[in-house]
Amino acid sequence: MQPLAVTHPADLAASRRLPGDLAIWFFILAELLAFAVFFASYAFARASHVAEFNLYQQTLDRNAGALNTVLLITGSWFVVLAVQAAHRDDVKGVPRNILLGFLCGAGFLVVKVFEYAAKFGAGISLSTNTFYMFYISLTFFHFMHVILGMVILAILWFQARKGAYGSHDAHGLESGAAYWHMVDLLWIVLFPLVYVMR
Amino acid sequence: MNALKNPAHRAWLIMMIATAITWYLGEVGAAGTLAIVTMLLIAFVKGRLVILDFMELREAPRLWRALLEGWLILVASLILLAYWISLK
Repeated sequence: MQPLAVTHPADLAASRRLPGDLAIWFFILAELLAFAVFFASYAFARASHVAEFNLYQQTLDRNAGALNTVLLITGSWFVVLAVQAAHRDDVKGVPRNILLGFLCGAGFLVVKVFEYAAKFGAGISLSTNTFYMFYISLTFFHFMHVILGMVILAILWFQARKGAYGSHDAHGLESGAAYWHMVDLLWIVLFPLVYVMR
Repeated sequence: MNALKNPAHRAWLIMMIATAITWYLGEVGAAGTLAIVTMLLIAFVKGRLVILDFMELREAPRLWRALLEGWLILVASLILLAYWISLK
């Protein structure tokens, strides 16, 4: 017999908790794998078109890309603060931080729309060359994920205003937050890869 | 400095500095092996902070933490391999 107060490694393992619902993590994993294929395709396509990729990469707006990195990381940070607020039953803090995260996402979309307008205005399209094909399709695929993330944040905001999340239950909030962080994680790889690395 | 006890605040601050470094490397036109490895390392550090401190997988079941960190290592390795091929 062992004294009950001793913490066994097995007990520690049991205390490890996955935030949110298991299903969202499988979904996130599937999304990450799809993007991994996309990122690798870009990198290997570049290996056989180095001069073209290096030339046209210089036409991208690096400032806009960096600003969008700041917006997504900050938006993610606000959503972490929303989850933390829920765990300490800060009823007002939850919707406020979700809203701030949503606004960061909106800022990202605005910057991206200006960036696309400049490129499309210059007559650039998917068929211009291999580099632009990847630039437009990769960033647009990610753009759609930002929009889906914002739809999720909007739903969470409505629920949070009704007081749905607190220390009693934050599962839905944690699931949505995990998806939003995935959108951030993808951009953290996409920005250096497409805009900066040469 | 009390605010930095919150891992989320600390992660945000580190990622802002890391983003500024990547942006600066772009401004000075850094290219080649050292630049690529540096930028991939920065992306790895940022991605890991998102996984551990934003997604809160630091204390999650080891399998899920390993899957997400493994994804980051896989992506960084594939990119590094492709760039290494391009430099040959």
